[in-house]
Amino acid sequence: MCLAVPALLVECDGEEAVADLHGNRVPISTALVPDASKGDWVLVHAGFAIQKLTENDAREAWDILKDLQRRSETS
Amino acid sequence: MMISLHEQARYWIDRLHAAAAKLSRPVQFMEVCGTHTVSAFRCGLHSVIPENVKLLSGPGCPVCVTSQGQIDQLIALASQESLTLCTYGDMLRVTGSDGSSLEKARSRGASVKVIYSAMDAVKCAQATPGRQVVFIAVGFETTTPATAVAIQAAHRLGLKNFSAFISHKLVLPAMRALLRSDDVRIDGFLAPGHVSVIIGAEAYRRIVKRYQKPCVVVGFEDVQMAQGLALLTEMVNESRMEIVNLYPQAVSARGNPRARQLMDDTFQVRPVSWRGLGLLPHSGLALRDRFKAFDACERFGIEAIDVPEPAGCRCGDVITGRCSPAQCALFGHVCTPVNPIGPCMVSSEGTCGAWFKYARGRALPQEVFA
Amino acid sequence: MIRTLNPSAVPHKWDQITLAHGGGGLLTDSLIQQTILPRLGNSALNELLDSAQLTVGDARLAMTIDSYVVQPLFFPGGDIGRLCVSGTVNDLAVSGAKPLGIALSFILGEGLSRSTFDRVLESIQQTAREANVRIVTGDTKVIGHGTEETIFITTAGVGIVQYAQPLHPDRIEPGDVILINGYLADHGLSVMLARELPQVKSVIRSDVAPLNGLVDVILASTNDVVFMRDPTRGGVAGVVADLAQRTNLHITLQEDAIPVRSETLHAADMLGLDPLEVANEGKVIFVVRPHAAASTLEAMKSHPLGKDAAIIGVVEKKPDGLCEIRTSIGGRRILQKPYGEQLPRIC
Repeated sequence: MCLAVPALLVECDGEEAVADLHGNRVPISTALVPDASKGDWVLVHAGFAIQKLTENDAREAWDILKDLQRRSETS
Repeated sequence: MMISLHEQARYWIDRLHAAAAKLSRPVQFMEVCGTHTVSAFRCGLHSVIPENVKLLSGPGCPVCVTSQGQIDQLIALASQESLTLCTYGDMLRVTGSDGSSLEKARSRGASVKVIYSAMDAVKCAQATPGRQVVFIAVGFETTTPATAVAIQAAHRLGLKNFSAFISHKLVLPAMRALLRSDDVRIDGFLAPGHVSVIIGAEAYRRIVKRYQKPCVVVGFEDVQMAQGLALLTEMVNESRMEIVNLYPQAVSARGNPRARQLMDDTFQVRPVSWRGLGLLPHSGLALRDRFKAFDACERFGIEAIDVPEPAGCRCGDVITGRCSPAQCALFGHVCTPVNPIGPCMVSSEGTCGAWFKYARGRALPQEVFA
Repeated sequence: MIRTLNPSAVPHKWDQITLAHGGGGLLTDSLIQQTILPRLGNSALNELLDSAQLTVGDARLAMTIDSYVVQPLFFPGGDIGRLCVSGTVNDLAVSGAKPLGIALSFILGEGLSRSTFDRVLESIQQTAREANVRIVTGDTKVIGHGTEETIFITTAGVGIVQYAQPLHPDRIEPGDVILINGYLADHGLSVMLARELPQVKSVIRSDVAPLNGLVDVILASTNDVVFMRDPTRGGVAGVVADLAQRTNLHITLQEDAIPVRSETLHAADMLGLDPLEVANEGKVIFVVRPHAAASTLEAMKSHPLGKDAAIIGVVEKKPDGLCEIRTSIGGRRILQKPYGEQLPRIC
């Protein structure tokens, strides 16, 4: 029930911020992520940043790699 | 070595098929998020998963779980003089008991404004001090914090012409009610990714433990949903009832503490009526006394009313996984996106709307497993 | 059991016009079918093509009309002036017709500033020059004061059909290939953002442009163009779903082949919109015979308005009247004509 998209915070002034969405600049509120600052990636939903994003997508890729490797070794 | 998203998706679908081949009986998993319903259809997920694995849509569309009575009240409110109703686009076409809607009310001259952010409603009130502005606050935990911020902003600004029609609901009580119900079998959940951003992956711990069902937190990319189904199926095979978080970039164990604090400061929990599930205790929200002045129902004297569902409408059964849209006699005949009878059919966010729009005429599983 | 459910099978009940009736989708169809055709219908009108085909002696003429009520008047990439000339030129072009002239009528709102009107006129002048077309006759009316600067423009165009082959959906056959000349959804998103979310500084620019130059190049390069349509209101979904239904054939589009800019896709995601349902004003959908597909694509790419052209789908033999998309994960979903109004959603 939640359309939210990742965006980069390019301006931050108190709770008012501007997020960059592939070139589109969207004014948003950071009231829900008070420790977010310029340069952070955030998840934007209905005009609010609802979370700071962390880099954590390596894991699935590694799992698949290992599995594929294992399959090719046993075949 | 970069693996393309395409290869990743295929990998997980293959893994799902391999796991499904080992199942001792067919399984049904449920997602409880309108955006998952739409995303699954948009990427054609239903058409690539094995026959013995079903993905059910649950009560994940906040509009669909809003009671008929509340919808009628909102439409009536819209027609009041010197009042502007601010709403997210999702609510605009929902049908009232008399066939009306906010969209039709607008065409008759009612002031209905579609907004993108809850703060737009506050700004609207500031800009039009001579008018009452009512914000329709629907949504689950992803959207509720935004309302909390808006209410508190209105409070700080001392706005006299702003109020909110609070219709926020909580996802976990609905999940529990579904698991307790005898007439739908759920073997695991794809947990809503963005609700989980707020409440945290650990929020599902008690459900997993108590009802012994696996739960995977996924985002809305096709790869994530395919992976989610594969892992759920593997966990069923191995009788491993766990929570797996496939969206760690956005979902932490504890969620967003600031958002939850704001929600807690602004709202208290109360029992509310869910279409298809009846009255669930601790499943809805109301403004705390401090902010009661901003409650639209108090301000305009709106009392809760009980209005029957439209005759023949099975929205309640559809959104609780008791039947598929195709099993509703009205589906596609009397009830279509152009002439929606129930809220599930309104545009493509509801289960019926999604089935109709994305799967019309296809040989889809017509029944759910008993 | 396969049930084919046609959204138009149940007549839409309405007694008042809503904004969605003007959206170019299912509701506009319903308006036309229920109220207009029963009273005004005839063999020419009932075809409901981009231009009406009329014959005068040996000559085939195309005639079209459109109104423009866009707000805001000026948006990134264009304005109502550029839009009104391009729209009518394009409706003639996709009918295989070379424009003879445009008739243009203004309805101006009282209080409109002279400078705004001048800007619009300059844009009309420039676009007409670009399209090598003349405004040959016109009219101007003024209506009472509104709340914002108001200009409504109606343009009608007449052209001579020069393409030897008839361009008509009835000629579409299994095997025919679907092409588009570039990126989708830029116009609709640019206008919607400018109107609904002016606080968003968007990099998306409308693609509004007269396409007769591009179409001329394609029609000169092959005899195998079967049909063309510009995906304006209702988007690509509107056109292709319509064609599938009309021909009772099955059309399959490849999701990965459909060109959408990333900034457009992400803005659409943010608002809960489907780029396939969003209006374009500088795009043409071509349906060509299979052996001409590769050379048509080449010819398009050699033109500035076609450099991002792509083959996006194919017509198939199944007689079910449906348009389907093959998704990135190899799945399938139906593509249907949109309801009519695009609204930002949270879900």
